[in-house]
Amino acid sequence: MTKNKQTLTITIDGKKIAVEEGITILKAAEKAGIYIPHLCAYKDLIPHGSCRVCSVRVNGRIQASCVQTVSEGMVIESDTAELLEYRRMIVDMLFVEGNHFCMFCEKSGHCELQAMAYRFGITAPQFPYLNPNRDIDLSHPDVFLDHNRCILCGRCVRTSQELDHKNVFQFVNRGHKKRLEVNAKGLAETDLNVTDSVVNACPVGALMKKRVGYEVPIGNRPFDHASIGSEIEKTEGERK
Amino acid sequence: MKQALEKIVAEICDSFGNDRTRLMDITTAVQRRFGCVSDSAIDLIARAVKTHRVEIESLVTFYSFFSKEEQGKVVIRLCDDIVDWMKGYQQIADALVKELGISIGETTSDGEITLTRTPCIGMSDQAPAALVNDVAVTYLTPERAVKMVRELRKHLDPHQLVTVLGEGNNSNPLVHSMVRNNIRQKGAVLFADFESGTALKRTLNMTPESVIGEIKASKLRGRGGAGFPTGLKWEFASKTKADRRFIICNADEGEPGTFKDRVLLTERAEMLFEGMTIAGYAVGAELGILYLRGEYSYLFSYLNHVLETRKNSGLLGNSIMGKQGFNFDIRIQLGAGAYVCGEETALISSCEGKRGDPKNRPPFPPQEGYMGCPTVVNNVESFCCASRIMIEGAKWFSAMGSPRTAGTKALSISGDCRRPGVYEVPFGTKASDLLELCEAENPGAMLIGGPCRQMIGPNRFGGIICYDDLATGGSIIVFNKARNKLEIAEHYLDFFIEESCGYCTPCRVGLVLLKKYVRKVVSGAGEPQDLDKMLKLSNMIVSTSRCGLGQAAPNPVLGALNNFRELYESMVSERKHGLQPDFDLTSAVVDSELFVGRRSLYV
Ligand SMILES: Cc1cc2nc3c(=O)[nH]c(=O)nc-3n(C[C@H](O)[C@H](O)[C@H](O)COP(=O)(O)O)c2cc1C
Ligand code: SF4
Ligand code: SF4
Ligand code: FES
Repeated sequence: MTKNKQTLTITIDGKKIAVEEGITILKAAEKAGIYIPHLCAYKDLIPHGSCRVCSVRVNGRIQASCVQTVSEGMVIESDTAELLEYRRMIVDMLFVEGNHFCMFCEKSGHCELQAMAYRFGITAPQFPYLNPNRDIDLSHPDVFLDHNRCILCGRCVRTSQELDHKNVFQFVNRGHKKRLEVNAKGLAETDLNVTDSVVNACPVGALMKKRVGYEVPIGNRPFDHASIGSEIEKTEGERK
Repeated sequence: MKQALEKIVAEICDSFGNDRTRLMDITTAVQRRFGCVSDSAIDLIARAVKTHRVEIESLVTFYSFFSKEEQGKVVIRLCDDIVDWMKGYQQIADALVKELGISIGETTSDGEITLTRTPCIGMSDQAPAALVNDVAVTYLTPERAVKMVRELRKHLDPHQLVTVLGEGNNSNPLVHSMVRNNIRQKGAVLFADFESGTALKRTLNMTPESVIGEIKASKLRGRGGAGFPTGLKWEFASKTKADRRFIICNADEGEPGTFKDRVLLTERAEMLFEGMTIAGYAVGAELGILYLRGEYSYLFSYLNHVLETRKNSGLLGNSIMGKQGFNFDIRIQLGAGAYVCGEETALISSCEGKRGDPKNRPPFPPQEGYMGCPTVVNNVESFCCASRIMIEGAKWFSAMGSPRTAGTKALSISGDCRRPGVYEVPFGTKASDLLELCEAENPGAMLIGGPCRQMIGPNRFGGIICYDDLATGGSIIVFNKARNKLEIAEHYLDFFIEESCGYCTPCRVGLVLLKKYVRKVVSGAGEPQDLDKMLKLSNMIVSTSRCGLGQAAPNPVLGALNNFRELYESMVSERKHGLQPDFDLTSAVVDSELFVGRRSLYV
């Protein structure tokens, strides 16, 4: 039995929408066909609120829309010059923090970070590269982890815990030294299985399946044709 | 050896009931016993508390007082706050490096002594200072530092370094510390006499609702810095439906330049615990936790003793002061070196035995805090105020202070002044009056509220201490006219970079980038537009960061940009030839020149 959920009214970018109570702004927007860019929010996982790409202005204050739940009469701004600028800066930060060579990356065209950059019209980052020294874990027979491309979004951490009921990944260290670690000396020694949901959870080319590279040729990949978020915005068009 | 490790780790875990939420205590005990929490120890702990090893590793690598690599039997942590720099940090560091024959961050080859640095340890009024294991060593000079090392080499027992004791409870055998209180001005709320039980007695004659009413009427606002009305917070927690509720005292005191909570913990422990008990009664909580920063662990035994005594006299435990059904106990949770744990939700994570990552807000702690239950988190001083309010009444309290901020404030004043120490002053006191009180020397700037707030110049010395003007959790650092304000800003930017938890992008990456711009400008390679880039980046970090740390971290730079912009402007210049100023063409082409065997020609 589900409780009777109340319906609330909120405004996003001047558009009044009816939403059910208890859901996040991000989800509410999505249902209404409004795309708010996001990276660390994934499926129905507990929201992480770490990438901050989904930042919106709620009643004047900037909040992460993937975490913040709706309340009656909320006025939300998402598509503003200021927020676009901030989101661009965040995407740029994620690019310069790691080592992302899109032209040589198997994830190109499937990668949400790259797609976000295209959507925002980014051709080169505005910040200096930090060129960190990072490892690649190739120990597992079917899956590899390239830390160079990890954006610390925690989607793997949560997918492994919440969907696979394992605990293969976790973060270690703090601040700019923070990095992803696995629950053993290397991936091979963990209980990670190639059929686990986590293998498809990574938004970038950090956690990848082995031996399936270029199954879909570059040029035929989803983000080669439509910009990220367009599937959400399309729903709106169909509704009209 | 391996068996010994297995046995001892098992015993330690057992003594905390193999309870995952007590991982901070377990890890602290293992670190103290073995000088590290090694990979093998991590495996053993994980097995004992039934969790995954990576979860333990995640915790161990978060806190700076834990280490996976073995440290020396004695760890010297030299405090590197700006005040210590002003008082001779560099000379002391040099002397220690020379005497020990190692660099900062290293351990002597015999495995005996580790030398490292740490942010503000809450001793700015007696800087330069250091922590030697859990012993605070103050008023250091290069000579004293060398003498200290020579003595340590003989016995490796930091406690023997304490020969002259500080005043008050610092000389209590359970504290036995050279730390001084330096209470320079006593006010009516905090440093007036206090008799245990008097506040509680009046409290227990009232209903919980009327106690909350009294605190609300007193207009008490949180003393930790944010100034949220305390009564309202208690009311939220009491009204949230729940089986269990908790009271947490924030004694993390990590804001650089703050040390008033240390003095309150030393001299007003009874008043603090009584305040927590009053809160427990008012909101219907059964357990209180005092989150004591690791730097103050030398107060642990004493504070525990005070708790024991209170239990024995019926001021804690079951049926407190004979009041049937009112049961309340307090335990102490030690921190382990992480400034972000002063943020209330990070503090709660830490109490739960996790990394000190802040939580998503909302829900706020009074709705969902420790273990998911309604929790009141208040600063040490706020609880002390609550005790006094219950004795003297709300009217008495609210009559003091400025029109919109009631009561007094304990200030920690340090830096370029002759009388550094703790001052209890009414809200509304002028900054210029403080300068006079502390006998400031040629003051050119004041950092009010620590690096998370702003530095003011003489044009604002007429401002007053209160939440609407010069807000502060207690830190006040005075700088003389000769001090380099940009150096100070950069120093504190480094502090925030080190202390960021790394959870969210703007704080984790943005601060490192901001530092690059600041370096570029300060090194003379900056262009005028770099200042605008710094401003834009700072505003973005402030606006989009997840918690108060990131939201405040650009303040040192923003403050310098807003209040002392001419200093930065004098360092930047337009570049010629359209070259990036920090790009050195000559050195960039060296390899190619070698390869082709001739010099390049360029303008
Ligand atoms: C990064 C950061 C560090 C903080 N450090 C402390 C601290 O050391 N002590 C403290 O009382 N409050 C600190 N706070 C404020 C707490 O989050 C919280 O507001 C306070 O403990 C509430 O108590 P109060 O209402 O009695 O002031 C900090 C906040 C942030 C964002
Ligand atoms: S490996 Fe992928 S999913 Fe995991 S934190 Fe890194 S970027 Fe996110
Ligand atoms: S703002 Fe900084 S300290 Fe706060 S959550 Fe983000 S990374 Fe952590
Ligand atoms: S999607 Fe909301 S913070 Fe990452």
